[in-house]
Amino acid sequence: MVDITLTVNGVTRTGSVEARKTLADFLRDDLDLTGTHVGCEHGVCGACTVIVDDREVRSCLMLAVQAAGSQVTTIEGLAHDGGLGPLQQAMWDSHSFQCGFCTPGFVMQATAFLAAHPEADEQQIREALSGNICRCTGYQSIIDGVLLAAQRTRQG
Amino acid sequence: MKLPYLEYAAPADVTEALGLLGELQDEASVLAGGQSLIPLLALRLARPALLIDINGLRELSRLSLTDGWLAIGAMTREYVAEESLAVAESVPLLAAALPLIGHEAIRSRGTIGGSLAHADPAAELPAVALALDAEFVVRSRDGDRIIPAVEWFDGYLATSRRPDELLVEVRFPTARPGTGVAFLEVARRHGDFAIVGLAASLTLTGGQITDARLAFAGVSDIPVRAAEAENLLVGERPSRNLFEEAAVRATARLNPPADLHGSAEYRKKVAATLVRRGLQAAADNADERS
Repeated sequence: MVDITLTVNGVTRTGSVEARKTLADFLRDDLDLTGTHVGCEHGVCGACTVIVDDREVRSCLMLAVQAAGSQVTTIEGLAHDGGLGPLQQAMWDSHSFQCGFCTPGFVMQATAFLAAHPEADEQQIREALSGNICRCTGYQSIIDGVLLAAQRTRQG
Repeated sequence: MKLPYLEYAAPADVTEALGLLGELQDEASVLAGGQSLIPLLALRLARPALLIDINGLRELSRLSLTDGWLAIGAMTREYVAEESLAVAESVPLLAAALPLIGHEAIRSRGTIGGSLAHADPAAELPAVALALDAEFVVRSRDGDRIIPAVEWFDGYLATSRRPDELLVEVRFPTARPGTGVAFLEVARRHGDFAIVGLAASLTLTGGQITDARLAFAGVSDIPVRAAEAENLLVGERPSRNLFEEAAVRATARLNPPADLHGSAEYRKKVAATLVRRGLQAAADNADERS
């Protein structure tokens, strides 16, 4: 077992993990942050996407021991005072999701992408979200939500 | 699936990593960005006794420009290279290929050395390295060895790295003035592995092609250079007819694999189309850059 300390959603957390434990499983099983979803467990579906040190990563393709010392943001870190963040609100307003399984991955991927590319157009958003799989919506409502969030941010 | 039980070591420096590799040889796997190795572990396609995590080795993520070569540390993250002005200016073909690797989240962790050591024949970087005659610097307890790209790729997911060696650096020759590049690929979805990919580079001097480089991804068990087409192009002036003929020569001897994404015949056709488009795009790019 390896002892690790990292910051998750602004709070210092510690754990003792097997080297083979992924960051996704550490967040869910050890920290009880079950908002991060685990779909394929080999880096194909994007459901487990979280933000580590300002970059989006697939938490099933990173070991928990590798996150020691990092700043991690999960879907739980986007909700302020129990409300919705601006991107979440825009996606709510656009009826972006149906079953909700892929939701945290899309929201985290879009959060990281919009932070780096606030002026992104529809094509760029489609490409940025191309690594996340949704089996309900056909994607259009998701793109609409991210575009709406980008538009609201630009309008201040 | 969850990862299998394994021993884990995070060496503090390259010397320590080389000691472990020398001891365990192919019983150990080197963990770079993990974007290929961790899936292989999850799917039980790799079962190393020891995982040697080299993510802490900062000495392996340096970038330096000297004497016509851009040396990239093996642990340089793909997104870092993608955002690097030095890469964009000195090795434009590499810069053109980087945004096509996987997805944003993959490039956050994935590394230049990791992708090239994994040597997936459908991946972008192996085609770029082969097209440009990159050099691979591998290190063991016995010292350094430099392996040219043409000798590096040694079969499906295999390289000429010995089990006790660590890939520490990849050197790309910098582009000469008048060079235009294109990296094109056909994939089902942005970010997927290419059904066929093409790295193309043309150097124009006074309107004449003085250097031509073409390498395919996804048409064999290793990346494939199109030497006959390159020979045809050198000395000529860019034209539609010339690029048509180059496409024929580049693909005449290809025998691509067939899978659910496309038959061998389809891949061959796509390859020829990519050569025509890639050469035109590279020629246009040379005009823009000059």
